[in-house]
Amino acid sequence: MSISAQKINHIYSKGLADQTVALNDVSFDINDGEFVGIIGHTGSGKSTLLQHLNGLLKPDSGRIFINGRDITEKGVDMMEVRRSTGLVFQYPEYQLFEETVEKDIAFGPLNLGLSQEEAKDRAAEALAMVGLEPCEVAQKSPFDLSGGEKRRIAIAGVIAMKPRVLILDEPTAGLDPKAHKEILDMIEDIHKNEKNITILVSHKMDDIARLCDKILVMEKGTVVMTGTPQEIFSKGEELQAMGLDLPEAAQLILELKKRGIEKDETVLTMEQAERTLLEVLDKC
Amino acid sequence: MNSIVEINNLIFSYSRESGDETTGCIFQNAIDGVDLTIKKGSFTAIIGRNGSGKSTLAKNINALLLPSSGVVYVNGYDTRDQDHLWDIRQTAGMVFQNPDNQIVSSIVEEDVAFGPENLGISPSEIRKRVEDSLGAVNMGDYRKKPPHLLSGGQKQRIAIAGVVAMKPQCIIFDEPTAMLDPKGRGEVMEIIRELNREGITVVLITHFMEEAALADRVIIMDEGKIKLDGSPSSVFAKRDELKSMSLDVPFIVELVHRLRQKGVDIPENTVSRKDLVEYICRSVHRK
Repeated sequence: MSISAQKINHIYSKGLADQTVALNDVSFDINDGEFVGIIGHTGSGKSTLLQHLNGLLKPDSGRIFINGRDITEKGVDMMEVRRSTGLVFQYPEYQLFEETVEKDIAFGPLNLGLSQEEAKDRAAEALAMVGLEPCEVAQKSPFDLSGGEKRRIAIAGVIAMKPRVLILDEPTAGLDPKAHKEILDMIEDIHKNEKNITILVSHKMDDIARLCDKILVMEKGTVVMTGTPQEIFSKGEELQAMGLDLPEAAQLILELKKRGIEKDETVLTMEQAERTLLEVLDKC
Repeated sequence: MNSIVEINNLIFSYSRESGDETTGCIFQNAIDGVDLTIKKGSFTAIIGRNGSGKSTLAKNINALLLPSSGVVYVNGYDTRDQDHLWDIRQTAGMVFQNPDNQIVSSIVEEDVAFGPENLGISPSEIRKRVEDSLGAVNMGDYRKKPPHLLSGGQKQRIAIAGVVAMKPQCIIFDEPTAMLDPKGRGEVMEIIRELNREGITVVLITHFMEEAALADRVIIMDEGKIKLDGSPSSVFAKRDELKSMSLDVPFIVELVHRLRQKGVDIPENTVSRKDLVEYICRSVHRK
């Protein structure tokens, strides 16, 4: 599985007074099995971009190849595209609707044409993947569960379709720190086990730095930087100028740098920060 | 009188069906014996994981919920006293998590006027209050706009303006930034601080340690009880207790803890990035 976007443009309300260019010549490549982070301000085009990757929106110009097939061409089987690319929206628990957890999760697989039996199996499998015990929750109403559990059920509904590309738009927004960590650990586990492409949109730079192989930085509808977490977060001042945060460790090191205590390497994690500070304090 | 909220041995229990017909309902104490006094003009942050009782506590402060036992006084009024319900709600306004659930009108200024209109205030006074409160949240230029075209942070500021227009002495914010992006969070926190500087008592319920750090008092709740209570730096420094309640330990506190274990002698009250940067600069320059 691979994704390649080539010069995609998207304009909202084209020809009207409030015409807005949401995507402007966006190009990038994602390879099989990569974990990709997308960061950028609200309004930078992240959500618009995500909706192009499973064909909910079509670009005004440019091409999007998924596994070598151009999904912007006329006559492409959109069911096929959406089967391979699962999109978890923000606050996905608002989309729960069925009487039981099992029925809610099985809804997607049934729509793909699976039998009742297979869909139930998929639901049980997906529940296990999101860390819930199928025999405990399958017959409950999804509305009787906690916020963090609802979020997991909603994600399970997408995973049950076995997408090769899993896209998550701020999957931990509004959760408490414990549920936040649990959801991210779950996403990491699924990625490791399924070896799928995972695309994560988040404002939490510590998560992005820890999980991602590659980061796309968006601003005003364009991809302004692409690189590894090391490469991206070494440009701390540029990111700050765009109004973006840095991982805590990187921010600390940047502030020390401003005070004349300079270290060359990019520091992203607690462990790296500890090592760097011990060196700094030791030297003196 | 120096305090605006006084809570004495508050217990609040929810009943829920046990699923077993013989036992019927079971009661669960969401608030389990809380004593708390909030001073006029103070800024108090309440932190706790989901289910710790923090939102239930907040709803007890403006009589959205009433005590199962114990008493809550707001500005001297007992919240169980129906005759003073409006005095209580007018003293202690509340802002909730989701801005979309709090906006009732299709024009910003009408939305802000909704509260004062219900108080039966004269139209000229309402006009003035709407203007003042939109100014207080830096949204004066948006008075004629429809709220659904605004960003999350802007909508939340409109919701705050709607409460400010009621001229409350105290505002309780229940996770007002949870659904906002970093920019929106910054905007809302700036407004909250500004309102506090102008004399409004602030109670802020949050998950974010960096927001609680702006308060002058931090209260940690767990299992319906107050577990820690003190200045931000004294509370954040209690790393082990925070961990045991599965709360986030601020990054800097954890880093300082690790450095101490490696034998670095860092002063007790080092809890913010600024503190740590200062400490390191001092150490480096001393040599």
